[in-house]
Amino acid sequence: MKRVKRRYLALQIDSDEVPSRREFMDAVWGAVVKLHGEYGASLTSLSLIDYDEEEKMAVVRTSLAAVNLVRASLASITSMAGKETAVHVLAVSGTIKALREKLKQ
Amino acid sequence: MKKAFADLHLRLNMKDRSATLRMINKAANLGYRLIAMPLAPETRMEEVTKLRGTCNESGIDFVTRVDLRPRTPNDLMYQLRRLRRKFEVVCVSCENKAVARQAAKDRRVDLLAFPLLDFRRRFFDRAEAELASNSLAALEIDVKPLLVLEGPARIRLLSNLRREATIAEKFHVPIVVSSGVSAERLLRKPREMAALAFLFGLDEDFALKAVSQSANAIVKRNREKLGSKFVAPGIRVVKEGKDC
Repeated sequence: MKRVKRRYLALQIDSDEVPSRREFMDAVWGAVVKLHGEYGASLTSLSLIDYDEEEKMAVVRTSLAAVNLVRASLASITSMAGKETAVHVLAVSGTIKALREKLKQ
Repeated sequence: MKKAFADLHLRLNMKDRSATLRMINKAANLGYRLIAMPLAPETRMEEVTKLRGTCNESGIDFVTRVDLRPRTPNDLMYQLRRLRRKFEVVCVSCENKAVARQAAKDRRVDLLAFPLLDFRRRFFDRAEAELASNSLAALEIDVKPLLVLEGPARIRLLSNLRREATIAEKFHVPIVVSSGVSAERLLRKPREMAALAFLFGLDEDFALKAVSQSANAIVKRNREKLGSKFVAPGIRVVKEGKDC
């Protein structure tokens, strides 16, 4: 079976308040479904790898084929749990290790 | 080479100095190297100098821009005659077809903008694109409506933008993707703007070009034209004086 290539995205949450892990993922899934529908969302294989409430940072994993789709959805997020929020992509990488190194630079 | 990203449509409230400063700093932090904001035609030179100074402190290049909303082609010509040499970027909001056609063929126009929500007044068709391709005018697309609209309105907008982007690509009309936002939280990184452009069918290279090269080319061309050494396209003063 062909191996599925993945990409890890480090995200910065730009908000006055810190959304919970659940609120964050609801907002991300909501944006993906709103823009690309349930079929599109099913192609993303999106999952939350890490969530740091103190640093307001998150790491999500997606399939390589759906990176653009996910990036567009993340850029379209304007609120989380009713609070004005923006999500910025800090780095994209093929492995978590490389992603952490990119963030250190 | 590192791309110099530009946002040619930042809406700043010049009366609110602290908000303006915050927006400029935010734009710099997000990776922009050049910003433009629409100014009123009667804006004083001191205000522009002040804004330019503020932007320079943040490491950003500031570009003056004017948005024209003429009702007739003659009105457009009159406004262009009056304002072209005062501003570095001229954008025409095309409210009717006659104005859209005149704006597309006039070499003094840099950006063509169309009403975002009135889809029957988006006149960017093949004829418009052909005129624009001969005159170097670019199609400006703001991403703000993609962020604030939802449901059928956004679907319709995306479908229209996709059609227009295809036509623009076919006729080699540059596309400039701008933010069009006035709120800090709606400002996006250049690569996020390119990701949003993916929604209306621009591939990654073309989308990145739309937030960097296309905008920079307009500014470079106009600064050269507004400079004292410019005579005509391709002709400039190299040396002046009696010994020439």
